Amino acid sequence: MSDVLGLAAQNLLSPMVLFFVLGLIAALSKSDLAVPEAIAKGIALYLMLAIGFKGGVQVALSGVDLRMAGAILGGIALSLIIPVIAFFILRVTSSLSAIDAAATAAHYGSISIVTFIAGTQALQGMKLAFEGYLVAVAASMEAPAIVIALLLARRYSRSADDEPLGRVLREVAGNPSIVMLVGAFVIGWITGARGNDMIKPFIGDLFLGVLCLFLLDMGLIAGRGMREGRRYLTAPVIAFALYMPLISAALALPLALMVGLSAGGAALLMTLAASASYIAVPAAMRLALPQANASIYLTLSLGVTFPFNLMLGIPIYVWIAQAAIGS
Amino acid sequence: MEMHAKKRIEVVVEAPLLNRLLALIDDANVSGYTVLPAIAGRGHHGSWNREGLATDAGRMVVVVLIVGADAVSGLMDAIFPLISRQIAIVTVSDVQVVRGERF
Repeated sequence: MSDVLGLAAQNLLSPMVLFFVLGLIAALSKSDLAVPEAIAKGIALYLMLAIGFKGGVQVALSGVDLRMAGAILGGIALSLIIPVIAFFILRVTSSLSAIDAAATAAHYGSISIVTFIAGTQALQGMKLAFEGYLVAVAASMEAPAIVIALLLARRYSRSADDEPLGRVLREVAGNPSIVMLVGAFVIGWITGARGNDMIKPFIGDLFLGVLCLFLLDMGLIAGRGMREGRRYLTAPVIAFALYMPLISAALALPLALMVGLSAGGAALLMTLAASASYIAVPAAMRLALPQANASIYLTLSLGVTFPFNLMLGIPIYVWIAQAAIGS
Repeated sequence: MEMHAKKRIEVVVEAPLLNRLLALIDDANVSGYTVLPAIAGRGHHGSWNREGLATDAGRMVVVVLIVGADAVSGLMDAIFPLISRQIAIVTVSDVQVVRGERF
């Protein structure tokens, strides 16, 4: 138990988390502190480039094996199963309509790449290695939950539209974050160590500072979300946003063991499963399920689950992965 | 200077919907349009602000078109099925333009 507390303390006192907390406090205290939209978008692209490229380089250095395919398939399976579980939990425990429950479930089946990046930094701080191809796993987990959520909405609500699934998926696949992440991963894979040497000053030393600035912005966004969106949330729905990540992470652990991931890799797969989307899926839901209340799913994923994972979830997943697999 | 009477259609719509809306406008053979970012506002769904959003889901954009009066009905028929279920404001107003042959 002292191990997990130590991990949690180490995580909470990292500059990344403290900048996130600063953003939260600034937003909750109604400070005018803001990161301009264009800078925030540029930083997001930079982070996708850096994390995708580094993952590709790692794959180039370590080679490809069957575990990569297994991890990608496992990730897709998680992204298909988690929204179903989330949907029925919400329907049983809360008064959310089928449309709102399905839209929220899509967010929890999909992933947050920033939570993933925070997880990689926490692991590096703990000197725990992880598999570079988890970047590809992350990208593969973005879209399947959207399909499941739309099918659930159609099955359980008469008001759901017959939005063509292929059209929504094409629009999600064109999301700038995914294009940059996957593209940088492939470029890192092709160019390997040589490419890494060439752009290391850009994606190496700068990375943590830029991540701090991005997490400051995320704290501001989460804080504003909490302030403005909380009136749409009931206690059972807020509780869902806190225990659902733990359920999802628990589902990911046996998959990580089956695939043969390292402790760091297992912790990251658990982090991916536990994270909730707040960039690609909200936009997809506005197109495919416009009847759903965006304030509910955005406040839950960004205002409750993201801070939970960043501050407490990640150290818990690392601790469990280490206990199950060893370091 | 001679002025020409035209119709100005203004559509305030959710940013994720923009590409679909523009595709419909392109199909409707309209000579052009202008897209503007909306900064902040308040409506039936509460207040929103362009700054401080991680996703396009809460952002709004404004699409402005100038068309001849005879094109308004066809254009409305084309875009209404798309925007009827979304957060959107559509207005049509009378305007005067200098170069009437452009619209």
